[in-house]
Amino acid sequence: MKRFAALYATIDQTTKTSRKVAALAEYFSEAPEKDRLWTIALFSGRRPRRAITTTKLREWAAERAGIPLWLFEESYPIVGDLAETIALVLPEPEGTHDDSLCTWIARLKALDHASEEERRAAVLGAWAFMTPLERLVFNKLLTGGFRVGISRKLMTRALAQATGQDEAELAHRLMGDWTPDTTSYRTLIEAPDKSAALSRPYPFCLAYGIEPEEGVESLGVPSDWSAEWKWDGIRGQLILRGGAHFVWSRGEELMTDRFPELARACDFLPAGTVLDGEIVAWDAAANAPLPFNALQKRIGRKTVPNSLLRDAPVILLAYDLLEEDGRDLRALPFQARRARLEALLEGLAPDAPVRPSPLLPSNSWAELGEARARARDARAEGLMLKRADSPYHAGRRKGDWWKWKLDPLTIDAVMIYAQQGHGRRANLFTDFTFAVRHGDTLVPFTKAYSGLTDAEFSQITQWVRKNTEQRFGPVRQVRPEHVFEIAFEGIAESTRHKSGVALRFPRMKRWRHDKPVAEANTLEDLHAMLAQYG
Amino acid sequence: MVLTLTPRGLYCEAGDFFIDPWRPVPRALITHGHADHARWGMGRYLATDIAAPVLRHRLGDVTLDTVRYGETRRIGGAQVSFHPAGHVPGSAQIRVAVGGEIWVVSGDYKTRADALSTPFEPVRCHAFITECTFGLPVFSWQEEARVAAEINAWWAGNAAAGQFSLLGAYSLGKAQRILSLLDPAIGPILTHGAVENTNAVLRAQGLCLPETVRVHPALKAADHPGALVLAPPSALGSSWARRFRPGTTGFASGWMRLRGVRRRRGVDRGFVVSDHADWEGLNSAIAATGAETVYATHGYTEIFARWLAGQGYDAHVLQTEFTGESLDEAEPEPEAEAEAESEAEGT
Repeated sequence: MKRFAALYATIDQTTKTSRKVAALAEYFSEAPEKDRLWTIALFSGRRPRRAITTTKLREWAAERAGIPLWLFEESYPIVGDLAETIALVLPEPEGTHDDSLCTWIARLKALDHASEEERRAAVLGAWAFMTPLERLVFNKLLTGGFRVGISRKLMTRALAQATGQDEAELAHRLMGDWTPDTTSYRTLIEAPDKSAALSRPYPFCLAYGIEPEEGVESLGVPSDWSAEWKWDGIRGQLILRGGAHFVWSRGEELMTDRFPELARACDFLPAGTVLDGEIVAWDAAANAPLPFNALQKRIGRKTVPNSLLRDAPVILLAYDLLEEDGRDLRALPFQARRARLEALLEGLAPDAPVRPSPLLPSNSWAELGEARARARDARAEGLMLKRADSPYHAGRRKGDWWKWKLDPLTIDAVMIYAQQGHGRRANLFTDFTFAVRHGDTLVPFTKAYSGLTDAEFSQITQWVRKNTEQRFGPVRQVRPEHVFEIAFEGIAESTRHKSGVALRFPRMKRWRHDKPVAEANTLEDLHAMLAQYG
Repeated sequence: MVLTLTPRGLYCEAGDFFIDPWRPVPRALITHGHADHARWGMGRYLATDIAAPVLRHRLGDVTLDTVRYGETRRIGGAQVSFHPAGHVPGSAQIRVAVGGEIWVVSGDYKTRADALSTPFEPVRCHAFITECTFGLPVFSWQEEARVAAEINAWWAGNAAAGQFSLLGAYSLGKAQRILSLLDPAIGPILTHGAVENTNAVLRAQGLCLPETVRVHPALKAADHPGALVLAPPSALGSSWARRFRPGTTGFASGWMRLRGVRRRRGVDRGFVVSDHADWEGLNSAIAATGAETVYATHGYTEIFARWLAGQGYDAHVLQTEFTGESLDEAEPEPEAEAEAESEAEGT
């Protein structure tokens, strides 16, 4: 634990990527294999199950610190991190310990079946022998919110440095649904392993958005590029190997059971095939995707009722072929992969759950610009541009894949509630609720957290402190005085919201210092947008 | 009421004077020289003899009378005395007695001793007006020696790696406190003009600080390898700091106890060093006054007053314009002046 806590501190104490990677590489060279495996798991988003509720942790911490619970709860939003708040309020440790990371994780796991009294004793006992830093790390394990300033990509790079293995190969090995309980460091990192390889997805190639100020012309001549719709669905990899099929999300979640329609792909396509594409709810009559909220109903459902299978059936709109006849095609140019994809999917029955995502003619940027402007009609959110001769990269790399999204929809709204942020945004008001006008009243319709500069967040924070009208726990009702332009990607009807609408990806585009509240948009305006774009 | 809150500041009617007022008044008693407590434009000032040189340096030619710690002055119907607050050299708590009723205004205070300031002394009173900048149980400071070891290890490590160590600290108080913690054997110590000007004032009144080198426009960073550069926080991100490359940045403040704040600051290292009392310090100081009534001013006043009420005090919030060790960009000292100064130096 000491070594792991020290690693955490080093990563936390520098803003320099090279220093973080070096510290992690050193750790991977020195730590026991079991700890290494857990570290890889934690830094790639695989957490131990949460054994104890945060409610209990707060109670125990306040009790141990000798403060009333309300005072702990007031301190938490100011610190901005629960694990840290607990670490900071506890008294000085009574001693030290020498247990390793995986020893602690094993102990936590043992608490799964323990009584509450046993859990309490175990947690208080652990805190008593840890430094504040160790407590912070330990609490992060307990609460399951393990975010540190290192991306998975950097973690993989450090592992490559420590093991001398190829970074891309390692990235591939780390994919999939392994946990430290189902594998070992050697199996995962060093040994060739056939059975895990069966379901293992490839790292997704990710695109950057085109900077509006750069413009699409900066990409060179359009003939070097291949254009297609940017679908508003769920990115997925469909793997057909050894008679089985697997569906992976970009976040490496296995989604096979959520989309049973895709099982039939095995009837149409040979084993040894891996497709990258977009899972969309499909409107067969219109030959186009259904709006995103149809698909949204299926997200988060582990089992799908028949009514949903009927009302929102999914297909995969395939746009890349990563593996054919069991051969990894990623090094081939996009054009060549695309040709093979088309050949593979050609003449497939109309009821097959896989279709090729069509290419769009790209004779000129003007022509593509017009296509982009029509994207909403095609139920797409813009265009994807892929360099014709580019390989399928692992992860995000600037240059070969670009998102050219539609300009967002916008509405001018009044800020009515404010709440403080977390982590690096603790102590700043960053989370706001916005309303539109409706007669003499203001109707809340969305929240937004992003889009302002640090300076603007500081400015609005000072204003909120002076203009709070009422407090509801952490939420402050503020004087309705400031108008913000809210940008969003889509709008849908919603029965859960008072306003009757739900927005997709709302954020603050501009602080409209020039607009008085009387000129903010109205509920009628919002419903007109729903009618047009919903 | 010995003291009341007015739009111009804390007012004593019996003595017809204000304590640390924020608008111009005829007569002001000043706890210490930080800009949120000692403002320009008062008719007459009264402060401790130790605080006076810095006040003159900051406020210019003002009418300033001085008093020693513990010495009693009669002003109108009030008896007034200044007592060590341990915040910065010369800082005081101000005791005001009117007809047997005793009130104490804490100013800013720190209960743990350091090498430069006269240590905090509790003063018994009926009503205590306390700051509570760090009035939350998450704030607790380490022993001075441990912080010193951390800073020196950081500096030595950077120096060994061929890097400059740029450390941000407010130019009055914090910077000198840091200087007193540094081990000069590690390397040269360079200072920003704003820091060095305050150093000069304090050295002239007999305070012992290690040798420092003022950063002049002509100064070549390469002539001072492995140096620690001490500057106001606002100078760290400015063009002034650019000559010290390669460099690593640090910031010394009580706020560095919170990771979120440190990350927002964008510095590599945060050192938890504060000139204010921590949670334990505030609570023990208040208990030692024996006061029944406590007014919480700048800081987490509402939370702290609620906590004190729960501990049996008659506790209230007092809305002042003091900022303490501010978390926001506005800093409790004339940083604008520091910037202007660095401009004038041709950087």
